[in-house]
Amino acid sequence: MYIILREVEGSLMRLKFLRDEGRKEAITTVKEIGKSSSDPTQRVDQFLEYFAIAPVDLDPSGIMRRLEHLLDVRDLRFKDDVRLMAPQADETQTNNMENMLEAALALNIIYKIMRHFYILGKKTFSLYIIMQLQMVLPLIMREAKAYASALKAFTQGQPIGDGAGALVAATLMRKYEKTQIAKDVVMAKVPIEGRTTYVIKAKGPGGNVGKPGEAMKRIIEENDGKIALAIVIDAGLKLEGEKPGEVAEGVGVAIGGPGVEKYKVEEGALKHKVPVNAIIIKEDIGDAVSPMRKEIIDAIDNAIQRIKRLILERSKEGDNVIIAGIGNTIGIGQ
Amino acid sequence: MSEPFTTQKKTSPILLAILLVTFLLSIFSIFLGFNAYLGGDAESASTYMILGATTLALSGYVLFQTRKSIFRLALKTQPITATMLCEKCGLKNVRDFQRGDYIFKEVEPCPKCNEKMVIASIYRVVKEKGNE
Repeated sequence: MYIILREVEGSLMRLKFLRDEGRKEAITTVKEIGKSSSDPTQRVDQFLEYFAIAPVDLDPSGIMRRLEHLLDVRDLRFKDDVRLMAPQADETQTNNMENMLEAALALNIIYKIMRHFYILGKKTFSLYIIMQLQMVLPLIMREAKAYASALKAFTQGQPIGDGAGALVAATLMRKYEKTQIAKDVVMAKVPIEGRTTYVIKAKGPGGNVGKPGEAMKRIIEENDGKIALAIVIDAGLKLEGEKPGEVAEGVGVAIGGPGVEKYKVEEGALKHKVPVNAIIIKEDIGDAVSPMRKEIIDAIDNAIQRIKRLILERSKEGDNVIIAGIGNTIGIGQ
Repeated sequence: MSEPFTTQKKTSPILLAILLVTFLLSIFSIFLGFNAYLGGDAESASTYMILGATTLALSGYVLFQTRKSIFRLALKTQPITATMLCEKCGLKNVRDFQRGDYIFKEVEPCPKCNEKMVIASIYRVVKEKGNE
């Protein structure tokens, strides 16, 4: 028991360090970029204690709409808070700072939960609580380290591994005219192999994931469901032993997060019988939130080749195709 | 993902102080034993010598065994590279990432053809420790 406690204590110390460093980094960045007349420390501390209560699921009817509303309110509140903390920041900086504060918030929550169970285990002399803590520690530490790396990347506005899908879309739409199709989502009509493709991605280069599900649903509806193919590209978690940057194909909606955007695409696709294909670029959880690895950058061309092949094989000339690049577009323009 | 920490093994200064005192006492004991031997008191000499040598050996052992690993924690900044590309002549330039850079941002003119260069990629290089 003593040995396990010592081990948990050591990890808790590291988590505390990460939490404190995250907080410090957040305060420094807000002061540096925001140039606020007042000290933002208290506001940052309040932000780090922020919570959201999930909607009731005893009656699941309409839960997606309720969850979406809650997420919208949360997003709006976060952005307003950041604007109050850093009034001089532009849109890109505001988005980056919001992401950075969310990473700091995650580190704070991880530390507090681990500390809670550690103290509880010690108070109740429960070997089982402490042992459970020790068992999950390697995974928790991995996640915390990932958030610490993410925090650094968000502070600097560097592209992260999660943005692989967004980078594929940005590469395809670069030289074409872009319009905003949904909240924080841009779209460009790109001719590929004689088809009209609607390429979408979150609006960069600020830290943003946008509402790609909403955008896809809108494109399907605007075309009266006449979409021959939808291709969703995202970063996917690799299994241990797999190489980062491997590209894999499948079917389904490759959109992570709470499920609201995925649900919208599934609904729209089902209604109009649109086949949805997925391409994922593999990476581990750490790489997904850390600055983008070279292997991921190198995989972009491969993913584009796969998209072109899919278009040729699964659609005819003159068809409409949706290509959605999913992920956080921090550090990626369009 | 690379480790965000740097760690360093360091011995506790309090422990070092205790070991230093023990070490000095053991040397003093050996010295007393040597004096007793010169004075012809063989019984006291052997007692002091054994005591001094044992303490010396023990303090050395403790110093070796109880080196505490004190973590000196620091968040490492990872080197990030930005590649700039001239889309007209294909010239590539590589430099360190600077705050405000983003992929597809137009940057300084190409030194070869004076066309504006764009940031084609921003990445970090990870050296794998063992087999993936």
